Amino acid sequence: MNQQPKIHTETLCYHCGEPCRESTITAHNHEFCCEGCKLVYEILSENNLTNYYRLNACPAPSARERRYGERYDYLEDDKVRQKLISYTDGKTAQVTFFIPHIHCSSCIWLLEHLYKLDKGVKRSTVNFLRREVSLVFDENETGLQRVAILLDKLGYAPHISLEDVEGARKTVSNRQAYYKLGVAFFCFGNIMLLSFPEYFGLDTMRGEGFRNLFGYLNILLSLPVLLYADTGFFKSALNGFRQGRLNMDFPISLGIVVMYGRSLYEILSGTGAGYMDTFAGLIFFMLTGRMFQDKSYQRLSFERDYKSYFPIAVTALVQGEEKSIPLSELKPGTHIRVRNEELIPADSILLRGVAAIDYSFVTGEQVPVPIQSGERIYAGGKQVGASIELEVVNEVSQSRLTQLWNESELYHSDAKDFNSIVDKVSRIFTLVVILIALSAGSWYLYQNQLPTALNAFTAVLIITCPCALALSYPFALGNSIRIFGKNRLFLKNTKVIEKISRIDRVVFDKTGTITINGGAEINYHGETLEPFDRSAILSLASQSGHPLSKMLAKHLSGASLSHVQSYVEIPGKGISGIIKNDSYSIGSAEFNGPSAHSVDESAQTRVYWSKNKEVKGYFAMKNVYREGIQDVTIGLKKRGMRLSLVSGDNDSEKLNLKGYFPNGDDLYFKQSPADKLSLVKSWQNSGDKVMMVGDGLNDAGALIQSDCGIAVSDDVNNFSPACDGILDSKSFRLLPRFMDFSRRSMHVIYASYAISLIYNCVGIWFAIQGDLSPLFAAIIMPLSTVTIILFTTLGSGWMARRSGLSL
Amino acid sequence: MSALFLLIGISLIVATAFLLAFVWSVKKGQYEDDYTPAIRILLDDEPGEEQQTNKQNN
Repeated sequence: MNQQPKIHTETLCYHCGEPCRESTITAHNHEFCCEGCKLVYEILSENNLTNYYRLNACPAPSARERRYGERYDYLEDDKVRQKLISYTDGKTAQVTFFIPHIHCSSCIWLLEHLYKLDKGVKRSTVNFLRREVSLVFDENETGLQRVAILLDKLGYAPHISLEDVEGARKTVSNRQAYYKLGVAFFCFGNIMLLSFPEYFGLDTMRGEGFRNLFGYLNILLSLPVLLYADTGFFKSALNGFRQGRLNMDFPISLGIVVMYGRSLYEILSGTGAGYMDTFAGLIFFMLTGRMFQDKSYQRLSFERDYKSYFPIAVTALVQGEEKSIPLSELKPGTHIRVRNEELIPADSILLRGVAAIDYSFVTGEQVPVPIQSGERIYAGGKQVGASIELEVVNEVSQSRLTQLWNESELYHSDAKDFNSIVDKVSRIFTLVVILIALSAGSWYLYQNQLPTALNAFTAVLIITCPCALALSYPFALGNSIRIFGKNRLFLKNTKVIEKISRIDRVVFDKTGTITINGGAEINYHGETLEPFDRSAILSLASQSGHPLSKMLAKHLSGASLSHVQSYVEIPGKGISGIIKNDSYSIGSAEFNGPSAHSVDESAQTRVYWSKNKEVKGYFAMKNVYREGIQDVTIGLKKRGMRLSLVSGDNDSEKLNLKGYFPNGDDLYFKQSPADKLSLVKSWQNSGDKVMMVGDGLNDAGALIQSDCGIAVSDDVNNFSPACDGILDSKSFRLLPRFMDFSRRSMHVIYASYAISLIYNCVGIWFAIQGDLSPLFAAIIMPLSTVTIILFTTLGSGWMARRSGLSL
Repeated sequence: MSALFLLIGISLIVATAFLLAFVWSVKKGQYEDDYTPAIRILLDDEPGEEQQTNKQNN
């Protein structure tokens, strides 16, 4: 729903806050825009739930444009139920619904009071960030379907997609990470405490008894760290090593093992106190860094594919009777019924009915395409108008649209695996460290000092354990990702920041990306519009669900509505009807009669209107470009980026676009989703690092293929496809600043690498002399770590301010 | 000095108790959602009461 600037004289609906246009219903001392809103209000007030309106004004979604009659029949299907219900003992069942509409505290309040509306609901708990409500209900008193219908009636329709049923639901659980952190912290603290006497040299005064006791206790306390908390590092190092790569975890693991081994030897042989405190401390700090990096946006999904768009069930016609069947059981030859605004689930052939298919999901073109009986309809289209009957010809997974997804997933395989700066640094670092350790060891060996040789060799490996080095990336970019999020660019992970910093070509999609979805600038040409005609055209246009009609109705809103008789809609052509004894028609030029043809067919989309077969004028509709598009293109140019535009539409807007894309930028029109993908590929082959900015529907393939795919969305909680980042359209104009910030964030990392190298050099200086006291290690290693954490966090904040982003 | 043995033992027991408390809180899902509870605590249950305070304020 686009937020329209509200005119103050308008009455706002008490329930949903939409202006009451056509008819205002006054009931219970409040105004409502439609019966639907009033009905929900009545349900709530009857159950003493009007607190809902007190917490936030007008909290609800409008009931006016909602699709009624979703019966959730498929929820009674056993297979579907089993997948959705997470736990049941035959009596009490638990289910978690994803409800995109959850947006304020009123929503939480109402959804957690569901038990007042349905006695069968025992408990409902909202997870606001994930937009989920988890329900515990009594299966004898209510059912899955009943609960879903109740939620739907209240305006909180649960989104149940194919993904929930087919794919194993990903339970994003980082509980393990919390456990590990807790264990590491516990051991670290206690070992530290037991090591204090050693630091201050107190032990020597108290004799061997305590020394041994503390040593053994330290070993005992360090075991959980070694055997549980740090296992992630070993696994990652081993995986990297198997693939022939030395990642940062390799030198870390090496350092840990050597440190632990030497400590064990020293304590057991009574020759020293060991480095158990440093060991546990390092693991704790590194686990903290990991957690900092991994704390991403739980509510946003960057891995969606077609399955999350598709419905979970369709209406099949079995021997003339409607039956709801799961999508997975849809076979070629099945006859299905598709209603208004429903998605075509698989490639099919039209059997009966008037089909006008809106392929905006696939091509971006919003104007529906008329389909003749017997013609093929591709999956991903949406029916606009009355219901139609289809015969499925391809299975869901074999359809054209789904194949496009699958293909682009193939492209996305590890072949273009991103080579991060961390990998490069860690490779060189590891080799240099091993070299230094070996040469220090062999130098002493050469002088026949075996104990010192071993001592120096292990000390170098211990002191260079690249804890600080490993922490600078997660802390600097973890903080940056938060700042990006504050400015409404949500990134998938920290690596994306590095990817953005390398971009040198930015490719824009047109529809929905640089133009505003559903928004158009409408100019009227022709005979003067009398108030009477104005109201007639509005009445006619509001009958139709065609996007052009909707835009027109929005443009003319305010005029009064009259009754329309003998309304006819011819898909792809226009609509007509009789209003107060005059026949009106609006639509394309040919629909309104031959005289309209004389007008020059130029750049814009035109909607003609005629009264009693006489053409009176036309409404010219022009795309509306996003605010600040010029700042973005000029800003990116200044930063040395090459720009391109790929659009699925025709080139009618070329002249306008030339204004935004100054000289030398490539503009491509009439590009299919596959064309877009191959264009991105060809740029990549010529060495460009491509950022694709799209709305993610018809350019999903290109988004995945590009080095960095950014999906622009009006509502970030809506569905967006697989991409690296989701950009709130309100922050579109900040794109050049985001580029600056990503580059500067990388500079912070380079600087922090330099700092940690200095610490390492100091450490190595002491280590190669074979003289590394546990106290020295226990000071310098946490010190370097804390320096890096402070430097990167403050540094990235400062860079954000320099780039003009809010903190 | 044997008191130290006892004290170290006690301190370890106390620390372990805290660790177990932490593990329990993670297990109960307290770290799954660190946002909603902050809102939930501000929501009043009894609409009647809320109405009265509103009237008084007005």
